[in-house]
Amino acid sequence: MGRYVIRRLLQMIPVFIGSTFLIFFMVYALGDPVAALFGDKAPDPATAARIRAELYLDQPLWKQYGHYMGQILGGEFGTAFNGQKVTELMADAFPVTLRLTLVAIAVEIVVGIVLGVLSGLRRGRTVDTTVLLLTLVVVSIPTFVSGYVLQYLLGAKWGWVSPSVSPEARLDELILPGVVLALTSLAYVTRLTRTSVAENSRADYIRTAVAKGLPPRRIIGRHLLRNSLIPVVTFIGTDVGALMGGAIVTERIFNIHGVGYQLYQGILRQNSPTVVGFVTILVLVFLMANLVVDLLYAVLDPRIRYA
Amino acid sequence: MRGVARARWAVGAVAVALVAAGCGGTAGESKGVVRASWGDPQNPLEPANTNEVQGGKVLAMLFRGLKRYDPKSGAAENMLADKIDTSDQQNFTITLKDGWTFSNGEKVTAHSFVDAWNYAANLDNKQKNASFFEYVEGYDKVHPASGNATAKTLPGLAVKDDRTFTVRLRTKFSTWPDTLGYAAYSPLPRAFFDNHAAWLKKPIGNGPYTIDSYHKGSAMRLTRWDAYPGPDKAQNAGVELRVYTDNNTAYTDLQANNLDLVDDIPSTQLKNVKKDLGDRYINQPAGIIQTLDFPMYDPNWSKPGLEKVRRGLSMAINRDQITEQIYRKTRTPATDWTSPALGEAGGYKAGLCGDACGYDPAAAKKLIQDGGGLPGGRITLTSNVDTGSHRVWMDAVCNSINNALNNDRACTVNPVGTFADFRNQISEQRMTGPFRSGWQMDYPLIQNFLQPLYYTGASSNYGKFSSPQFDNLVDEANAESSADAANAKFQDAEKILADQMPAIPLWYQNGSAGYSDRISDVTLNPFSVPVYEQIKVG
Repeated sequence: MGRYVIRRLLQMIPVFIGSTFLIFFMVYALGDPVAALFGDKAPDPATAARIRAELYLDQPLWKQYGHYMGQILGGEFGTAFNGQKVTELMADAFPVTLRLTLVAIAVEIVVGIVLGVLSGLRRGRTVDTTVLLLTLVVVSIPTFVSGYVLQYLLGAKWGWVSPSVSPEARLDELILPGVVLALTSLAYVTRLTRTSVAENSRADYIRTAVAKGLPPRRIIGRHLLRNSLIPVVTFIGTDVGALMGGAIVTERIFNIHGVGYQLYQGILRQNSPTVVGFVTILVLVFLMANLVVDLLYAVLDPRIRYA
Repeated sequence: MRGVARARWAVGAVAVALVAAGCGGTAGESKGVVRASWGDPQNPLEPANTNEVQGGKVLAMLFRGLKRYDPKSGAAENMLADKIDTSDQQNFTITLKDGWTFSNGEKVTAHSFVDAWNYAANLDNKQKNASFFEYVEGYDKVHPASGNATAKTLPGLAVKDDRTFTVRLRTKFSTWPDTLGYAAYSPLPRAFFDNHAAWLKKPIGNGPYTIDSYHKGSAMRLTRWDAYPGPDKAQNAGVELRVYTDNNTAYTDLQANNLDLVDDIPSTQLKNVKKDLGDRYINQPAGIIQTLDFPMYDPNWSKPGLEKVRRGLSMAINRDQITEQIYRKTRTPATDWTSPALGEAGGYKAGLCGDACGYDPAAAKKLIQDGGGLPGGRITLTSNVDTGSHRVWMDAVCNSINNALNNDRACTVNPVGTFADFRNQISEQRMTGPFRSGWQMDYPLIQNFLQPLYYTGASSNYGKFSSPQFDNLVDEANAESSADAANAKFQDAEKILADQMPAIPLWYQNGSAGYSDRISDVTLNPFSVPVYEQIKVG
């Protein structure tokens, strides 16, 4: 197990280097950001040249990348155009997005699995069909539609919640955005759980458990769920990374100043330190989530062993 | 068993949290404070480094300069300046009023200005507005086009005593004192130079507000400065600026009474805004004009006779229809190259463009044919399309031209993904047809709309237009001793633009804003920035 984890951690190094280079290259390919800093006015050549030199933009791509990587190894992620350190931006943004993601995952797990189990145990009945219809509707509505509609109805029309999230981003403010963010994945979790539960509820060991006279709660909780949740856990694990990076739309709608907001600003202003820094951290989150998922397999299914 | 119990707990907790959120209501709204929408300033908040509206909003609350533009008329009026004297339109003596201080108690002296200006002009400080000081003598020493600065301070500036300093300009520039209301000319306290990093975290100025807290990228709270010595004291207790990434969200927040002031109405809401806000919606001219520039560096566009084609193209554009249909009157068809926000005192005169800016498809077709037809038989319009509905109006302009010429393929659109890319293509002179050019004024003077854009070799003369007649008229205007005489000369210069048509005036851009019923006395100044200090709460 320990050796397996170490091997996986070592594999992250080339992925880390490769992804940072790709992202760096792509932001670089967007062109020179300095001219846009001057607005409608033509950039003053002398000032523009100084800014370029300061940002290392006057060097060839490979030198810029080398310089950037050297900085990163020293824990220095560069500076955004408004003079803030990227590490400062990260310290502001990641906790907010992490909270949002946790709310979304909690909603996904609780609602998704409950609905999935309900419809899986009663397949073909009204509950099952209703849930199927609901999930189809949810999956087919893009996030920005459900986001704006819920925000308008709950926030502006009925005044139940504040339409936007304050800079502190307290947990209670994040519930609506969390639900919106979770909706699509929620539908997938429901479908996955339903299929898995439906399949396993016909398995021999469930029949044995029923024949032993175990109470239904124990059968579902201990025997059925534990075996049915393996694909769901995989999905949720990969979803952690996807939600953190994919919250751009939700964060924009609800004015949450998290990772999505910083990435959006970074891309708009073509600030490579911001974009590369944030995406790099996201890549690491993604890799770690995957590793945790793989380790969880072994816990859920004793047949899986890592050497 | 345990798992199920835990799950129940989770469900319970979420339910409780949902209920709590439902009853929570809006987050702490302080009494008498205006809650206004904001965008993250692109650059650090130094006066000479801020060249966009979002940073400008803060500077407008935090600083007062020698002059201030009247929020209504746009006229430049003395603020800190007691008088600005000149006998030759080139050497100016500036005397300051007594009694002004920064909010930290430091007196505003002649040094506060001269030090700030020297800092701004010095190449080593990389200030984006450094070029505002190019008219001061010796600018090329502190800010050479290449190489290192040979002087630390502008030789043209000299402090006489605590309240007097002199400025010597490179050339005659009669209306120069009226440019001094721009934020780049603000005075700076010693704290700015002594502890720069701390100052940037929490800027200190001499305006009607002081900064209470500044959380970069998300919010800034400003409080009224009670000891403010100026005549324009704040009428509210303070202003809270909140950063929004999406103007739709800000608009929804305004509807939910979660925000008091939105100064950028999303284009999708323009058709509802009257119904939603009634008379709490402002739509008034701002000092912004959009034009279509011709690449005069391309011989295909600059050879003799082509002025007919350029004028013809201008007449083929149905400005009324486009501003009505696409912009719902938040743009006004342009009839000259400046802006109505200047007012008559600033030199605006409607209709200087004459027939050439009216819609007349038949005359347009004839003019273009007389001029030898479109270069290469067709034209391509270029603009960035990431903001401002640029794609939509370009399509509309092309349709208008195609209809006038009865040729479906005469005009096509070349959309560029980002502003930065578009800007780079322009400065590398890669344009082969008309391209969009927007201009937001720095100070409400006709000079600012003409000289930087169409004077030979001027910094923002993207099409490289050059006309000796035009240059002469501008030089003469700058040497005139009275503003009226200068304006008349500048207007004569505009008539040359009407003949030559190096850029087609499209429309004047308006500033728009909406506000809640919690506040009143909301106005926009000619720069489309809300006049925060006049807003009353409750």
